[in-house]
Parts: sequence; structure tokens; C-alpha cells
Amino acid sequence: MQQVFSIPKSMKKDFRYTFCPGCDHGIAIRLVAEVLDELGLRENTISSTSVGCSVFLYDFLDIDCVEAPHGRALASATGVKRARPDKFVFTYSGDGDFASIGLAESMHSALRGENLSAICINNTTYGMTGGQLGPTTMMGQVTTTSPTGRNAEYFGYPIKIAEHIALCDGTAFSARVALDSVAHINEAKKAIKKAFQTQLDGKGFGFVEILSSCPTNWHMTPEEAHERVRNEMIPIFPLGVFKEVN
Amino acid sequence: MGKIVIDQNRCKSCYICTTTCPKGLIKKSDKTNRLGDYMVEFVDEKNECIGCAMCAKRCPDMAITEVWR
Repeated sequence: MQQVFSIPKSMKKDFRYTFCPGCDHGIAIRLVAEVLDELGLRENTISSTSVGCSVFLYDFLDIDCVEAPHGRALASATGVKRARPDKFVFTYSGDGDFASIGLAESMHSALRGENLSAICINNTTYGMTGGQLGPTTMMGQVTTTSPTGRNAEYFGYPIKIAEHIALCDGTAFSARVALDSVAHINEAKKAIKKAFQTQLDGKGFGFVEILSSCPTNWHMTPEEAHERVRNEMIPIFPLGVFKEVN
Repeated sequence: MGKIVIDQNRCKSCYICTTTCPKGLIKKSDKTNRLGDYMVEFVDEKNECIGCAMCAKRCPDMAITEVWR
């Protein structure tokens, strides 16, 4: 018999995820670990995470990490990469961190064409603090700070991060993927690998937005939450590659 | 012919694997793990597992640690 699945070597020994049951962060971190393994980058990687559920990354990955202030993952990653251009540097953050609190830092990293890779987990809410309305909350979605649903008059419209990053001239790769099915998980891994390869080739900013579920704050079972990703999120946040520089 | 290995102390009972397995070989167990959750168990009496690894790919907690084919 042949082993077709094993725990990636970039994961820490005896790690145990501290995420809620059914949270897609676990899958996203596994995909990152698998890609680091496949590209042989583990010993040469520095990651930067800021604040949110995403920050737990460094409890599980056996790599060097910098903890940045809220939203400033890409700002500190810029410093790391400019000081140590020989290192592979990536950031991992949530949508509230990347696209609300840190929108200026994120956007300007893409505009400067920093040779970095960025991963953003979009679950349409602030997961760690209790499910408040975030920059990507969908129209009509009920959160703790929009109990009657998001409306345009009061809250405005959700941001489509991958499209906005793709519009920046310094961006070399921008894609949106999901984790709701095995096929989408396989595509997500390919996109992460391409974003990482973009940095290794020195082409510029590589970005992947990952649509994720948040069963706890959506008040759903894990399967219902994935149904929501499939039926409600993907029509609003279409999957695909929005920019790829060859 | 395949088999999977489940680390039952990692399982948080989200039951995504029970609906993902194309052969329906992963079931809710009536035993609890150290978290007090009713974990999942792999029951393959007729050697039906094809080792597709879909359960492992969708498990958010990496509780399915090995898949053999």
C-alpha cells in the first residue's frame, strides 16, 4: 500500500488546532504547509501575521514568524523582505485585518509591487471578536452589529478584494478561491503555489483571497456554512484568477 | 482497497467527513474523546475504502492523519 496523504512536514510536532469546529482556517494552513513542503521553503521562510483568528498560524507552522500590529502584516513583511531579500516572506490575515484596518498597508504593498505573497481569508465577518460587520459582509447579512442585515444606506457595500488588488500595477498574481469542496480545495492549493512561485521568480506581489466559512459566528453547522459559501458567497465573490503576469 | 487513520483526540465533531466520504464509511461514534465530543469512527468491514483522501482534504482539524491506497 502507498501513502497518499500525510501531515505536512512544515506543521509543528503534536500541534492541535484551536479553531472552532468546522473552521476553514485549518484547511488553509494545511495548504500553506503543503506548498512550503513542495517548494522546499520551510527553512527559508519568514511569515507575518497581524491580528484575528489568522494570527494562530505561528502556533501550528514550524517556521519563523513576525507578529505585526493589527492590519500591518504587509507593512512589517515589507521591512522583513527589504532587509532580507534572500528570504521567502508571506503574510496570512483575515478580511477585517487585510481589507479594513490594514487596507492602506495592503493596497500600497500591491501598488509598490513588493515582492511578497499575501493570503487573505475572507469569511465576511470579524470572527475572533464575535461576528461583527466586516468590510466583506454581504448585503442583507445579519451580524452582531447589523442585526437587521447589512443595508447600503447605513453600511455601504462590501469590498471585492481580489479584483481591487488585481487593478494595482505592481500586482503579479491575484486570485480568489474557496474551500467548500474538494475540487475547490485543490484549486486553492494551486493558486497558493502560484502566488508563492511568483515571489520566488521575483515578479512582484502575489495575492490569494480564500473564501472561508465561520460556522460559529454565522450560527450554522459546518455543512450549512459551506452551503452558504457555495450558494451565497461565490455568486457575489466570483472565483478565478484576476491577474497573472507572465 | 484503502484505509485511513483517525487521530481521535484531534476530532472536533464537525462531521464534514461523514458527508464527504463517497462510500459512507465514516460514521458518528457513540464514544467521546478527551474534548467530550462524539468523535467519528472509520467502519470498513467489506474493504470498500478506495483511498481517495477526500475526507482528509476536507477535515479542518487534520484529524485524518494518514490515508493509504
